[in-house]
Amino acid sequence: MSSVAEEVHHDDDHHDHHHTPGIKRWLYTTNHKDIGTLYLWFAFIMFLVGGAMAMVIRAELFQPGMQIVEPNFFNQMTTVHGLVMVFGAVMPAFTGLANWMVPMMIGAPDMALPRMNNWSFWILPFAFLILLSSLFLEGGGPNFGWTFYAPLSTTFSNDSTALFVFSVHIMGASSIMGAINVIVTIMNMRAPGMTYMKMPMFVWTWFITAFLLIAVMPVLAGAVTMVLTDKFFGTSFFNAAGGGDPVMFQHIFWFFGHPEVYIMILPAFGIISHIVPAFARKPLFGYASMVYATASIALLSFIVWAHHMFTTGMPVVAELFFMIATMLISVPTGVKVFNWVATMWRGAMTFEVPMLFALAFIVLFTIGGLSGLMLAITPVDFQYHDTYFVVAHFHYVLVTGAIFSIMAAAYYWLPKWTGKMFDIKLAQWHFWCSLISVNLLFFPMHFVGLAGMPRRIPDYALQFADFNKWISLGGFAFGLSQLIFLALLIKACRKKGDSVPARVWEGAEGLEWEVPSPAPYHTFETPPVIK
Amino acid sequence: MSRGVYKWATLLFSLLSTSVFAEGKSMPLNLTKGASDISAQVYDLHMIIFIICAVIGVVVFGAMFVSMLLHRKSRGVTPANFHESTTVEIIWTIIPFIILIGVAIPAANTLIAMEDPSEAEVSIVVTGSQWKWHYKYMDNDVEYYSLLATQQEQIYNKFEKGENYLLEVDRPLVIPTGKKVRFLITSDDVIHSWWVPAFAVKKDANPGFINEAWTNVNEPGVYRGQCAELCGKDHGFMPIVVIAKDPADYQIWVDEQQAIQLAAKEEEQKLLAMNMEMDELMSVGEKVYTSSCAACHQGSGEGLPGIFPALKGSPIALGDVSKHIDVVVSGVSGTAMQAFGKQLSLKELAAVITYERNAWGNSTGDTVQAKDVNAIVKGQ
Repeated sequence: MSSVAEEVHHDDDHHDHHHTPGIKRWLYTTNHKDIGTLYLWFAFIMFLVGGAMAMVIRAELFQPGMQIVEPNFFNQMTTVHGLVMVFGAVMPAFTGLANWMVPMMIGAPDMALPRMNNWSFWILPFAFLILLSSLFLEGGGPNFGWTFYAPLSTTFSNDSTALFVFSVHIMGASSIMGAINVIVTIMNMRAPGMTYMKMPMFVWTWFITAFLLIAVMPVLAGAVTMVLTDKFFGTSFFNAAGGGDPVMFQHIFWFFGHPEVYIMILPAFGIISHIVPAFARKPLFGYASMVYATASIALLSFIVWAHHMFTTGMPVVAELFFMIATMLISVPTGVKVFNWVATMWRGAMTFEVPMLFALAFIVLFTIGGLSGLMLAITPVDFQYHDTYFVVAHFHYVLVTGAIFSIMAAAYYWLPKWTGKMFDIKLAQWHFWCSLISVNLLFFPMHFVGLAGMPRRIPDYALQFADFNKWISLGGFAFGLSQLIFLALLIKACRKKGDSVPARVWEGAEGLEWEVPSPAPYHTFETPPVIK
Repeated sequence: MSRGVYKWATLLFSLLSTSVFAEGKSMPLNLTKGASDISAQVYDLHMIIFIICAVIGVVVFGAMFVSMLLHRKSRGVTPANFHESTTVEIIWTIIPFIILIGVAIPAANTLIAMEDPSEAEVSIVVTGSQWKWHYKYMDNDVEYYSLLATQQEQIYNKFEKGENYLLEVDRPLVIPTGKKVRFLITSDDVIHSWWVPAFAVKKDANPGFINEAWTNVNEPGVYRGQCAELCGKDHGFMPIVVIAKDPADYQIWVDEQQAIQLAAKEEEQKLLAMNMEMDELMSVGEKVYTSSCAACHQGSGEGLPGIFPALKGSPIALGDVSKHIDVVVSGVSGTAMQAFGKQLSLKELAAVITYERNAWGNSTGDTVQAKDVNAIVKGQ
């Protein structure tokens, strides 16, 4: 596919002088690899913080009755858990991967806008500092769910809502800048000969994701701003008494919110489309159809938002439209899954840790996708809506989907980043413990939901007790399993382990495997030529 | 060391094996057919789409596992190099498409039937507020609030939990069987959602707007549900209980309720001429406070700082009586403070205001009488 100029073999001392020593290196850095590392560590820390909140939730739900926290604090936990995981863990992790990999995959020396890159990362910790510190205020932090439906988030919320709004604004600004950077980089800095239809799938999926981000993050900013003015400045966007409409909030929120869920899964599709061919030693089946399927999913994601709102009392025609549009999305998504299976078919597979995570992704994400198809059927959605069935569904697509893909990506590229093979034994422990516990955690939720347990309740009727006990145990085990990952990452960052060659995995294809391991501080200062 | 492990293992095992409830009520693992024709149709749709999903899952994962078994490098296979086939791509785009059309048609039919509340024989206005339901029968003079009946002591693990823990209310909704019953659903404050799984009815209660839903229940019985939309602190504590009676029993119940509510109104008029003693006001007031006020302002009167204001030592509870009455009767717009004027009787209002002015060291010594409250209500 490619030939790489010898320039990549710099002497080490040539680029060492780019490092400012100590903390300033990280504060001032404009290097895509440094910023990628910052994003990834930040995401991992937020993953642990959000996970700790999930542990509080599961501890309270371990038994019926109120034991550990008060209902109001429970609501803060569900709210901030959601916000931290979506905006603090999954999205920054993908941005970190894009920072590290997109320039290396397209043969560019860095991101197109390096100073903005630094800025878009460094405002994030402050956004989350604001959000998390609001939990310690009198009256507590946001307690209206991560979806912050009005008027619960306006008239009926406490003053910390202002901090919530401000922190979401900062997160949005960070995401938009990150997206602009990805688009500008991909459009302008591809190596000679790399046409659009030769771009690696991860680059393609991120390219499309970045457009989604630019389209919908401003909508979210609009929604939180309207919440702010409704609460503090006497406007009535969402207040019927002043001529507004609380359901309009949900339309605006989900117009952001549905593309947002694809923002969190399209890059995952890209990652899996790299890992499966690498370990099946066979090219990706249907590259072109993968690109078109991704683009169709992205376009359709703009016309399905109201499937989150079937119970709000929409006209029946609107319900039919959103039901059918939602069902349509399963067609291109199905194409992707079929293509991955066809890629494996008659390959020569091996099952290294990245592949294990990728295979688990395909099965478990598909389970989440199929329950999504069930949720699309409006009359039945009336029964599923706002129950644990929905909780099961979106955790299958987000945890065993997005987060498993991020872990697969971390294991796939970690040796390239550090130059050392990670601790394979620990990695396998991490995989198997996560796989078993995550299913114990989320699979029974389907049954609990079908039996009628609403979501976001701190206490429940007695018939749900046995299942919730097991769910909580699965949750604790999944939480603990991530500490194995933490240990492995610390070990990897301390450069323990065997050195690896440039092409770490036998079947891996792409420019990132042409540069030495660890990838030098600067790569592709002279662009490679793609034949 | 090993003894410690053993101790923990025993503890864990005993935690897992003890069933927390006495009756051993088991949880269904699936949706149920419910109590109406529509809910049975919804159940059928659920099973159709579930079976389709299961079959797709078996085929896809089956192919994947076969491939993982056969096409592994350790078996010495050489990888093929095929990576494109327009025919295959078209096939697996078209087939799911056809399956989806097959599901969409029956789903659309059921949906259209569910969303047609016309020609209802009984209409009931269902109003959610933090954290209770209000039912008003359109065709009769019957209306009342329905509150969680489970004791706080059960919730906080001081008493043993009863069979219908968190799914029991003081005054259930009563509807007739075999008649189309229409629900007009709205809210006084935030968005709630009225959900009875056995009817396959879940409809949001939006403040300022009215949604419609309906059911036609086949069998008499008790049907339980819960609020399904996060509505604040006690979202988990506003259940729904519906009793379906056959039409004759239903009519008896309605007549009875009408008589009771009429008598209560007459009683209220008499009260206007009487004065109640402090002791009586305080004891009635404490009961009313516990059921209507304590969820926010707390039993201690201290509220939740930053969310719900304290009444203990508050300027309103210690200040001008008529201002205090006004706040309780009309609520405070732009806040979570509800208007209790329509929720409580004059006697209850008088008692609870007296209680708030004299409990927790708020020793104003004021007694408030029904006629004082009435003066404020009428003055508006």
